[in-house]
Amino acid sequence: MTRHRGRGMASINYPIGMNLGGDPSQALVHSNPSGKFTVALSSIDLGQGMKSVTRQICAETLGVPVEDVYVDTADSDTGPHCMGSFASRGTHRVGNAVMAAAREARGVMMEAAAEELEVNAADLETDGRGNIHVKGAPHRSISTKDVAIAAQFKQGKTISGRGIFLVPLSNVDPETGEMSPATCYAHACLVAEVEVDDETGEVAMVRMDSAYELGRALNPRLVEQQLVGGAWMGVSHALYETPEPYYPDPAHGPRDFVEYLMPGPGDICPHDIAVLERPAPDGPFGAKGPGEMCANPVLPAVANAIFNAVGVRIDDLPITPEKVLRAIKAQGGARPQARR
Amino acid sequence: MSKIPLQFRHNGRDVAIFVDGGTNLLVALRELIGDMTPKFGCGQGGCGTCSVLIDGELHLSCLTLAETVAGRSVETLDGMKQGPNLHPLQRAFADNFAAQCGYCTPGMLMAAKALLDRNPSPSRDEVVEAISGNICRCTGYEPIVNAILAAAGGRVSA
Repeated sequence: MTRHRGRGMASINYPIGMNLGGDPSQALVHSNPSGKFTVALSSIDLGQGMKSVTRQICAETLGVPVEDVYVDTADSDTGPHCMGSFASRGTHRVGNAVMAAAREARGVMMEAAAEELEVNAADLETDGRGNIHVKGAPHRSISTKDVAIAAQFKQGKTISGRGIFLVPLSNVDPETGEMSPATCYAHACLVAEVEVDDETGEVAMVRMDSAYELGRALNPRLVEQQLVGGAWMGVSHALYETPEPYYPDPAHGPRDFVEYLMPGPGDICPHDIAVLERPAPDGPFGAKGPGEMCANPVLPAVANAIFNAVGVRIDDLPITPEKVLRAIKAQGGARPQARR
Repeated sequence: MSKIPLQFRHNGRDVAIFVDGGTNLLVALRELIGDMTPKFGCGQGGCGTCSVLIDGELHLSCLTLAETVAGRSVETLDGMKQGPNLHPLQRAFADNFAAQCGYCTPGMLMAAKALLDRNPSPSRDEVVEAISGNICRCTGYEPIVNAILAAAGGRVSA
């Protein structure tokens, strides 16, 4: 019995969002008389951090403290339309919609403040701490709360804004099949190192090293948690998970978490991540989307690492011990490839 | 089926309920006591998110008959925070981004508390071992392990 080390790499281009129907999302932003803002969305935060990021985008665009913004994703029946939380589209599509809505709401807020201060709205600026003042004359100031109260009870205005982000639909050329399915691409490269046991066929992760280029990281800690966690979903797809291990008979499929395998805490390995920020021209504050792509490069990298370790090329996922062992037997033993 | 009277301590408070024979502790806690912090994941001991402490020992409440806790002390995540203050483990989970969707978090926190209550300075391997009965889909476990080690080392924000 020998354990063979192998290293494999993979690079990916990942399109942000999709082409279908222009992939639109809407956002509505309004203030209440307390001067706090609500962002209404139908987009869902599954724990990936979309509420935090859209809150930051809204606060930055309005020029108010992040504490003054609340993101409400409570109801997709009554909220503005969203295509959904998938295709790494949340930050890019929904973020752009929130930015547009916040920009419109900011315009109304500045007009209302101008009326109270008896100046031209173009001469006003926000300080990011909840106040609006005349440029170059910070003492001529009014709080966003007082502006909201004046708008509501004196001026009869709603401080609100509407936003939508829609990519022009790209049609397929009937002759060539050519199209532009996305306007924004993220990129990644991942190196996986594995250890393959040639007696049991088991594959253990030894370490991962990756680099992600995903536009501007609007919330670096949330980006990091996506990349760290998502890599293990990739490992899980590469080595463990399948609903139909003995396709095509679903009767032999796993029925619970005891049979539907996923990595446990004992299976993890060190993962060093570099984040490269090249702002996207059409992203909110330059952001792309670090969603699904964090799982994708892991699968080919692991498959390549297994080939490097024992010389077997498995092209059917997941790469279970049984498949590895059968392939090693079929080629008459492990054939470690040159280390790169 | 006749109801069985059942008394036990729930997060330091005496509770008395009537359960059907065969009711598991998870159902008793959630549906009869109203403590929704232990989660229903798989209902057969495969995921760990229903974990609670019984007399300080970690148990899967979905596989525990409710009547077996008569006269004993049951701790759940609901009893973890101290008044308005988060428990250091909860604070460390937040600091270390150890939750995303949050469904595994109650079980992870109870498994971590069971460990630190008996071993305040665990090694990394001991932390991994302690949460090995708990499945997490989002985090890749690394932030959870780091959070537990940070709580053990007193490295938590105020």
